[in-house]
Amino acid sequence: MQKNKYDVVVVGAGPAGSMAARFAAEKGISVLVLEKDRDVGYPVRCGEAVSRKGIEEFIPSDPKFIATTIDKFSFIAPDGTEVVIPLEEEGYILERRIFDYELAKTAAKAGAEIMTRAYVNGLLFDGDKVSGVKYEHQGEQKEISAEIVIAADGVESRVGRWAGLKTHIDFRDMESAVQITAANISVDPETCYFYFGEEFAPQGYFWIFPKDKNSANIGLGIGGDRNRKKSALTYLNNFMEKHYPGASVLTVIAGGVPCVPTLEKIVAPGIMLAGDAARQVNPLSGGGIASGMIGGSIAGTVAAESILNKNPDHIFEYEKRWNDRLGKRHRIFDRIKNGIYNFSDEQFNSIAHAAVKLPVEKRSLGNIFKTALVNKPALLVDVAKVFFTK
Amino acid sequence: MIEILPDKCDFCGCCVGVCPEDAIELKEAEIFIIEELCTNCAKCVWSCPIEVLVFNRNGVKKNAEK
Ligand SMILES: Cc1cc2nc3c(=O)[nH]c(=O)nc-3n(C[C@H](O)[C@H](O)[C@H](O)COP(=O)(O)OP(=O)(O)OC[C@H]3O[C@@H](n4cnc5c(N)ncnc54)[C@H](O)[C@@H]3O)c2cc1C
Ligand code: SF4
Ligand code: SF4
Repeated sequence: MQKNKYDVVVVGAGPAGSMAARFAAEKGISVLVLEKDRDVGYPVRCGEAVSRKGIEEFIPSDPKFIATTIDKFSFIAPDGTEVVIPLEEEGYILERRIFDYELAKTAAKAGAEIMTRAYVNGLLFDGDKVSGVKYEHQGEQKEISAEIVIAADGVESRVGRWAGLKTHIDFRDMESAVQITAANISVDPETCYFYFGEEFAPQGYFWIFPKDKNSANIGLGIGGDRNRKKSALTYLNNFMEKHYPGASVLTVIAGGVPCVPTLEKIVAPGIMLAGDAARQVNPLSGGGIASGMIGGSIAGTVAAESILNKNPDHIFEYEKRWNDRLGKRHRIFDRIKNGIYNFSDEQFNSIAHAAVKLPVEKRSLGNIFKTALVNKPALLVDVAKVFFTK
Repeated sequence: MIEILPDKCDFCGCCVGVCPEDAIELKEAEIFIIEELCTNCAKCVWSCPIEVLVFNRNGVKKNAEK
């Protein structure tokens, strides 16, 4: 039976929201998750690539949500030069539709309640502290009280704004993305392909992430300033016409990837932000599944500590823990991104030419970035910090 | 003013994440612009990956009515 007051209300049942709910509920406090969509995990707005380590911190690998295992990356320069990099740790292409569902089930198992088709459209306040949410469920407007609200509402990140947090980002830093899942094509199921350059995806990259040997997620993200001139959809259509004219398209999705360092403030009295809503995506790769789960888990843990210790101010501790775990690294990734963001086709080509000369066993992501940024010594230090230290 | 072609929209939230005025309401399969808040800055138009939003100099046209 649903109560009218919970210790924690989580908005959004993506990876960040589910982990926030689970880690809070595991400490024995009451948790409710509100999700606007009909189904947890659907629609999938994601390339679904993740490292094994990234998910196994939270859920054991399970074939039911793993489409394929990846052992190498292939980077393709504008002139077609291909640089293959064997991965030190294997990666997966997920079935996020099932993965997100399984994550939500772990939250439910820990004791969290979940309600779908519940659209949060306002906050309740007690003075200037957030004290609950307003939501619409099956045509009815309702309210629910909470000691702490965790906003894991994804890229749109509106909930935090209602508490005065500045969550919107510059359109130039938002990668405008579009992706299809294509069938009736032929791909190597163990390789993720990344294309760079003006033709494919300026200020971003174009990807082919295989789901099996005959289907793949094919998409791209480009900086907003480039999308303004020519839309991501146009780039995708051009690529498909040229490279896979006979493909069957199983799904088409649009999306935005907030490629910025985490927001300065992700906590206000009574509210914490997690995942895309807090801008916890890795700004260099655009990956936000693993980092969102990490952000959510820290938020949930700190929220529970705050409730159990009856110390509302304790939630501010979340900012520090996030920064120590990943926030600081993301600021470095962001500097590296800005260093290569506007590379010309010639620059990408010359990096690829240098990289193919490296013996395969020396080809790591770190070494490729070192090659790319050889003329930017300050950034080389950053590369060393994030790629060559454990 | 901003016009939405709702039949084309994928409800992905990209435009919402860049709107400085929180002027876009987005539900599971419903989107509209809160006109009192919108300043016509066009940032949403520039960010939409699939060309759903249109900057329209002739005035507000909601939901692509003719
Ligand atoms: C095209 C594309 C490709 C990507 N590829 C990858 C990839 O290959 N690997 C990777 O790691 N990351 C990738 N990402 C990023 C990744 O998808 C996100 O970072 C990740 O989903 C973030 O998780 P989250 O829980 O923060 O948000 P989400 O998964 O977006 O979940 C937010 C949830 O909140 C709900 N919600 C929003 N507003 C409300 C409201 N008002 N009331 C109730 N519920 C609400 C939404 O319906 C949604 O279910 C990609 C993103 C895009 C767009
Ligand atoms: S960015 Fe485009 S597709 Fe996405 S919600 Fe906005 S209008 Fe719709
Ligand atoms: S024009 Fe500007 S203010 Fe209006 S909805 Fe678009 S982004 Fe928001």
